[in-house]
Amino acid sequence: MSSVTLEKLTKSYGSETVVRSISMDIAQGEFLSLLGPSGSGKTTTLSMIAGFVTADSGRILFGAKDVTRLPPRDRKLGMVFQNYAIFPHLDVFNNVAFPLTVRRLPKDEVEKRVRQAMEMVRLTGFETRYGKQLSGGQQQRVALARAIVAQPEIILMDEPLGALDKNLRYQMQMEIKEISSRLGMTVIYVTHDQEEALTMSDRIAIMENGRIAQLGAPRDVYEHPESVFVARFLGEANLVPVKRLDGILRGPGGNALRVEKDRSQLATGKIFVRPEKIRLSSAGEPVDGNFLPGKIRSVAFLGNVVRTEIAVDDEVDIVCDTANSDRLVMPKAGDLVQVSWLPSACHVLEG
Amino acid sequence: MPLGRLSQWLLLAPALALLSALFLVPIVWFIAGSLASLGGASEIWGETQRTLGSTAIVKTILNTNVIALTVTLFALLLGYPMSFALSRLKGAAFTLVLVCIVLPYFTSIIVRTYAWMVLLGRRGIVNDMLLSLGLIDQPLALLYNRTGVIIGMTYVLLPYMVLTLYAAMKAVDMRLLQAAEGMGARPFEVFRRVFLPLTMHGVLAGCLIVFILAIGYFITPALMGGPSDMMMAMLIEREIELSQNWPAAALMTIVLLAITLALYSIYSRFNDQSGAEGF
Repeated sequence: MSSVTLEKLTKSYGSETVVRSISMDIAQGEFLSLLGPSGSGKTTTLSMIAGFVTADSGRILFGAKDVTRLPPRDRKLGMVFQNYAIFPHLDVFNNVAFPLTVRRLPKDEVEKRVRQAMEMVRLTGFETRYGKQLSGGQQQRVALARAIVAQPEIILMDEPLGALDKNLRYQMQMEIKEISSRLGMTVIYVTHDQEEALTMSDRIAIMENGRIAQLGAPRDVYEHPESVFVARFLGEANLVPVKRLDGILRGPGGNALRVEKDRSQLATGKIFVRPEKIRLSSAGEPVDGNFLPGKIRSVAFLGNVVRTEIAVDDEVDIVCDTANSDRLVMPKAGDLVQVSWLPSACHVLEG
Repeated sequence: MPLGRLSQWLLLAPALALLSALFLVPIVWFIAGSLASLGGASEIWGETQRTLGSTAIVKTILNTNVIALTVTLFALLLGYPMSFALSRLKGAAFTLVLVCIVLPYFTSIIVRTYAWMVLLGRRGIVNDMLLSLGLIDQPLALLYNRTGVIIGMTYVLLPYMVLTLYAAMKAVDMRLLQAAEGMGARPFEVFRRVFLPLTMHGVLAGCLIVFILAIGYFITPALMGGPSDMMMAMLIEREIELSQNWPAAALMTIVLLAITLALYSIYSRFNDQSGAEGF
């Protein structure tokens, strides 16, 4: 089994640098997501690992082996492509068998392994169908079976679930996760869907302008983003502007705001707090921790959550997510309220 | 936009009327009239046996097919790599190559054929060059023989092959080739197992078009060929112009038409089938 190491990988197209000196270690058997908006360099990074794109500088190692200059066919990777890349002239069996037949495995071995892979993705019985005759989810399964059939140590996936509808996507996320951990494969997974990255990954590398903005476990990067970009990219984030006056952080209206781990000592910045960490209460009611008075601007019922937007002053809006429950009293637009949160639920970011 | 049956026919009507008036009616009239001039069915049967039994005519039919097949083969061998290059080109380079392929079609085919005769003659540019380079001692016989016919016809018909193949190759999703490479296929395997099968319908269509055009060709073999390179179209012309043997010409026309239609029906059946498999 094999780990993946990237060392100062850099790639430019003309004057545009799309990947800037990326380094990271991906452990054997780890599920790592490259998450970022389009143009952040995540697909180029994956293409360099696959060998379709040659790095300008830096190294790629699989285990201890330097593969930087190896052509894709010699890297022995499993791959799931965006839009699946199912060969239209081959039936499902021959699509799945492709990585084996190009390596000239004996016929009975090919049949055995294809059968196993088809069973694993629950596609048995579809062997003689063609790509066009399959639903999106079934095509996705073919692509997955084809990626694991040669029992690679490393699998690369490029937005594999982008074309599926939401329910199916969640189901496939679970299946991919289950299969990859059962087979102990190292997975590098490119996506722009933060929920998907949070659901599936052991660690997430959030990319911004060709750099890794932050690398960490899902909960870690969600709760403790190190920049405004990461905070915003991983779901809803409240970013309350603050100024330090006489060593105390003061927010809108001069309200003092406390932060449990305030190591930054920035003169100005933004206090980051997730909407679900915010409590909504009637004006004047005593509360714990930080609080700001405001007026409800809008209320949206999202099913499991009620999302309330509170205008704190002319510039600052706070978003508050309250879990739906039997005791929930729906807030109303125009109500005067106060929002509060604990000093342990927030930290200060530059910006 | 869904079309009613009636409006569909109305849209097709001008083309159908033109084809009927200028092609279908004359050819039926020509064949029926020629054969009727012989008398009854037994006379027509006798003439058929005599015509198709003649060694000269059988030889011409064979010749025609061999020449058309050879030309198709050369057009495919030259056209496939050309089309591939064309399908990879973009912008100005693409336009330039396309113009080079299509531009000769704006000049008369007779002019182009004479140009080849200037190039390929005993004292033509090709022989002069090879002689002065010392590659040959004697001028090569490139004209008024099979070689001349093949060169001339391949040249004229090559663009049909190239444009047909180009359309097929342009439709191939390049990500499939990359995917195949990522799955361990060497470049030749990518070609043999993915690119070639995905462009095979273009190969068949191109070969069919070139073969059908070649089998009825007249001007190029007439000008660049020798006495033994007689093709069916030339024979038909000769039967009418020289021998004024209209029934024989009509019978030859039927043979030519039958070969063409047979090939076309095989092709369209194949095309329907591959369509059902989801191409």
